[in-house]
Amino acid sequence: MRWLLVAALVGSMGGAARADEPAALMSGAGADATSANCNACHTSDYIIMNSVFLTAAQWTAEVTKMRKAFGAPIDDTTAAEIAAYLAAHYAVAAQP
Amino acid sequence: MRRRHVIAGAGAALVASPSMAGESTRIPGGLPDGTRSIARFVNLPGKRRMLRLTDRPPNYASPVNVFSDVVTPNDRFFVRYHLDSVPAASDMENWSLSIGGDAVQRPVTLKLSDLLDLPQAQVLAVCQCAGNRRGLVEPHVPGVEWTDGAMGCAVWRGPALRDVLKAAGVKPEALEVWLGGADKPLMEGTPAFRKSLPMEKALDGDTIVALSMNNAPLPLLNGYPARLIVPGWTGTYWMKHLTSIEVSTQPLKNFWMQTAYRVPAGLFPVDKPFVSQATETTVPITELVVNSVIAAPLDGEEVERSGFTISGVAWDRGAGITRVEVSLDGGRNWLGALLEGPLGPYAYRRFSFQTGSMRPGSYRLMCRAVSQSGEKQAERMKVNPGGYHNNVPGAVTVVVS
Repeated sequence: MRWLLVAALVGSMGGAARADEPAALMSGAGADATSANCNACHTSDYIIMNSVFLTAAQWTAEVTKMRKAFGAPIDDTTAAEIAAYLAAHYAVAAQP
Repeated sequence: MRRRHVIAGAGAALVASPSMAGESTRIPGGLPDGTRSIARFVNLPGKRRMLRLTDRPPNYASPVNVFSDVVTPNDRFFVRYHLDSVPAASDMENWSLSIGGDAVQRPVTLKLSDLLDLPQAQVLAVCQCAGNRRGLVEPHVPGVEWTDGAMGCAVWRGPALRDVLKAAGVKPEALEVWLGGADKPLMEGTPAFRKSLPMEKALDGDTIVALSMNNAPLPLLNGYPARLIVPGWTGTYWMKHLTSIEVSTQPLKNFWMQTAYRVPAGLFPVDKPFVSQATETTVPITELVVNSVIAAPLDGEEVERSGFTISGVAWDRGAGITRVEVSLDGGRNWLGALLEGPLGPYAYRRFSFQTGSMRPGSYRLMCRAVSQSGEKQAERMKVNPGGYHNNVPGAVTVVVS
């Protein structure tokens, strides 16, 4: 019975505001490519949650992981664009 | 596609009221700034006042005040998915569990009624995400930036996995049990979330296929209608929406076993190594480490000058907790806390400490636990790339005015 209730609740929320619209990523070159590709599998909150503490190299490694380990269909050019965007807006300076 | 919008939408639609007595209202300090900017307390279908990290895939932590009790209520129990593909309750209407693989005598498919016909086992056990408290690790490491709340303790009930496997007959040469759930990846190239267990753990009488949680059906977001319970091991093996089991003579080779959820070999203590998945340099993260958390008072709370009670829970991988100490001065001096009776080797053990009267000022409260096997919480983070097993004593700051 509990499950019927939950199902009903879920059903009633179909028209609710959607939190998975891309979160407010900072604007800049590559922001659209980043949202369009990354949001296929997860919200932009994943990016913001992991900021600001990764280096540019670590962001590049994350993009590579999404392509190689998770099979994100992103070509080399777009991947470079996304990595550059993340480095510009969500990275710390590399440690000397 | 519809489902994910529904769940995500709920998070946005029902931002929880911040004025509930006894409830955490602060986004925990120590998390990365970016995490703090997106985290908020939300209500969800079947869940109340959870700390939202991400809606899609859904990752929600329990606020720390929930750990004032040994049993975590179903509507406060944490949620963790890797992939954006949560099945709907309606998808589970014709749920069945297939058992096959090269190490069974005869593949079978079991219905819910078949599982209910078996003897029902019950265990009170902590389910803790391997990455619990990752967000508090300094320097920060990438991943879901969890607080203390990626864990919970519940009464799990259902047939023992070894009794379920009898229906198919396990061959003596069996090496691992491979587990699959109903949540599937969206992308063709994304590895399905599958995990494996060594036979010894799979055949342990406390490893059960839970059909209920705290005497109610499992919440959808906690694995309805059936979830594997692996007491003493990290949550990654507790397969939600369990639909397939393969008993195999081979180690499972995939991203989730060979790349993710691994720690440097020898860094953390384990009673029974997962030999078939170990390499010379890394091993899969398996058994929990001893840990504890203060559930009250809350960080930033104003407390009585006449004295106040510090309480929380401690747990480990199944040896049991023998001692919990608290500090009122940021870890310089430690005092023994009162332990409530043990409720099982895999359960939280509640502790409390009553202070005397206190001078006005700010106090940094900490706790640390020791297990029956003599294991203590780490004084410094044992650095590992996944930020796993953070059991460095945490602190809450209170003010006496």
